[in-house]
Amino acid sequence: MAYVASTPKEPFRLSMLVYDTRYRSYTIQIVVLLLFLAFLAWLLNNTVENLAAKDKDINFSFLFQRAGYDIDQQLIPYTNDSTHGRALFVGLLNTLIVAFFGCILATLIGVFAGVLRLSHNWVVSRLMTVYVETFRNVPLLLWIILAFVVFSETAPAPRDFRVTEEMAAAGEEPAASKILFDSVAFTNRGASIPRPYLDHSLGSFSVLDVPINLSVVAALALIAVGVWINRRLVVHARSVQEATGVRPTIWWKSLLILFGPIIVFLYALGFHLEYPELRGFNFQGGINVAHSFTALLIALSLYTGAFIAEAVRAGILAISKGQTEAAYALGLRPGRTMRLVVLPQALRVIVPPLISQYLNLTKNTTLGMAISYLDLKGTLGGITLNQTGRELESMLLMMAIYLVLSLIISSGMNVYNTAMKLKER
Amino acid sequence: MKKSVFLGTLAASALLAGFASAGTLDDVKARGELICGVNVGLTGFGAPDASGNYQGFDVAICKAVAAAVLGDPAKVKYVPTTGETRFTALSSGEVDMLARNSTWTFSRDNDLKLDFVAVNYYDGQGFMVHKDLGVSSAKELDGATICIQTGTTTELNLADFFKANNISYTPVTVADDSEAQRQYLAGACDSFTTDASGLAAVRATMPDAENHVILPEIISKEPLGPAVRHGDNNWGDVVRWSFYALVAAEEKGITQANIEEVAASTQDPEVKRMLGLEGDLGAMMGLDKDWAKRAIAASGNYGEIFAATIGESTSIGLARGLNALYTQGGLQYAPPFR
Repeated sequence: MAYVASTPKEPFRLSMLVYDTRYRSYTIQIVVLLLFLAFLAWLLNNTVENLAAKDKDINFSFLFQRAGYDIDQQLIPYTNDSTHGRALFVGLLNTLIVAFFGCILATLIGVFAGVLRLSHNWVVSRLMTVYVETFRNVPLLLWIILAFVVFSETAPAPRDFRVTEEMAAAGEEPAASKILFDSVAFTNRGASIPRPYLDHSLGSFSVLDVPINLSVVAALALIAVGVWINRRLVVHARSVQEATGVRPTIWWKSLLILFGPIIVFLYALGFHLEYPELRGFNFQGGINVAHSFTALLIALSLYTGAFIAEAVRAGILAISKGQTEAAYALGLRPGRTMRLVVLPQALRVIVPPLISQYLNLTKNTTLGMAISYLDLKGTLGGITLNQTGRELESMLLMMAIYLVLSLIISSGMNVYNTAMKLKER
Repeated sequence: MKKSVFLGTLAASALLAGFASAGTLDDVKARGELICGVNVGLTGFGAPDASGNYQGFDVAICKAVAAAVLGDPAKVKYVPTTGETRFTALSSGEVDMLARNSTWTFSRDNDLKLDFVAVNYYDGQGFMVHKDLGVSSAKELDGATICIQTGTTTELNLADFFKANNISYTPVTVADDSEAQRQYLAGACDSFTTDASGLAAVRATMPDAENHVILPEIISKEPLGPAVRHGDNNWGDVVRWSFYALVAAEEKGITQANIEEVAASTQDPEVKRMLGLEGDLGAMMGLDKDWAKRAIAASGNYGEIFAATIGESTSIGLARGLNALYTQGGLQYAPPFR
């Protein structure tokens, strides 16, 4: 073996960087990296120079100036005296609320449609195929506009709800009336739903000008405690069942624990609903949900739901038929087989594509601008950008926010994925 | 992913920044075409006609400038811009000038780095409502839903007006006039607010114009005028004086029809200077002697353009009001051609 060690050690020469395979790949990578950095530098330099040529700078101080415009849907208090920075947050919250409910709705629709598409019932499975194919293959923007136009063109105007004195005298009914026991007014502008009110509120305090209602916090805490106790109860029931073979009856205890305290709490504070009423031009009182929100939410959920349905179907098909047959052999009914045996395993296949669908949905909320929904794109990337003329700053800020948002969603879902995935031992 | 987003941003901003060179006048001459930013569609001010050619009060200024600089009012490329895109289009160099009912304000002049060269229409913000509502004053609009075009001064005036009168409203923010009109007609908003002239133009295109009224309140000053990029003074002068030539022509009684006759027979020294019969005003701006003559011949003087596009004989039916010549009680006043 001595002759191997005695291979003459070649001195390093510069040409080896190109001709020696040991170094060549490094050379190529470094050259490409340098070229890439040079390209970046050129872009940066170009931007700075052109801004300088137009006598503009990069300055984010506009975020602290008075905004001067109004926003229809605001989850935190906002007036036109607030700053552009606050308008940004109002917009961001509007984005988040659509994205949040959109993800939940889309998941429900997707799982439902995906499972039903595999149904042995011919009509049901074909109906789901039609749903998936139509929604997947038509651009989302068109669905959003369609949903909005359907709402705003078919619903009655607020003035159709009015009963004038002559009409009352003649015993005539107004052209439109509220639905659901006279509680919800569905007009061509939005849906006015009852607003919950407490006679003896626990008060509220503000964090960073965002009011936090103590009654709501207390109610949420009660629910959380109830859920926790209920879980303990179920665990206890299971251990009793495993020990003795008899499962104690706990459903009424669960109901009592889950709903009893919150009902007593609300009753004690004088809970009641404020119904919307037509005053002047619009319905006042109650919570007004604009059609731009509803239309965006519905269109986004149905569209993304179609993609999720396909992911769910793929996940279920990936589970070997033997699993189902084994479950049937044990005497499980088809519904339980799906819920207890197939779906938990299918989740491992479903979750990764689900992450990207959630990201898509969140980013697609920007299309709300087509129907005047003031989300982050509408406030920061729309009105603020226009009124201040800070295009570059607004765009950079908006991209950064969407990037952070997407990274948070995907890391959250990745944690879930890690928990769900097959534990190989 | 981070890198690619960053790269995309920079690439976009680099494109946005464009390559605005110092001399727009030279660029236009070299290109043989004027690129004019106009409204996407506001009847009377700037909108494509049945055969797709842009026509209107603002468009006439583009034609006058093209005639003065290039000798042909048809050598204009019209770029439709919305309230949101107009200033970016101008400052990025996508258009040479903007003739698109834009309000001259302090911050647009200084912060957005634009130069408003003149005021071609003195306007103010108004409200339009359906007659059935029985509203006779804007102050009765408490609680109303109001359609408003985004990216405009009217958006800010609206907030100020309701705040000053201590009444509330629900804004519906729309991207352009046609969308505002659709929502207003569908009843999604009780009132539509924009410049009073814009309201008149929108109303003129409605099938049931007589059912809509424009409320008497004018809640703001909206001096509308053509704008150019800040810093190119020579080009700003060309646009400014092309417009003033039209105003001066009305004052001196020069029309599209009689311009040749006037040029042949006039004894008025100012008219002679303006039409290039005496002195060399055109050369001072880098144009030839006949620049003003061609600008006036393009679509007539200011009064003729007004009458033909938005005046009382048209469907829009705007009175001259503030936009009459100063000699007739208005504000339109051209500095001397000397």
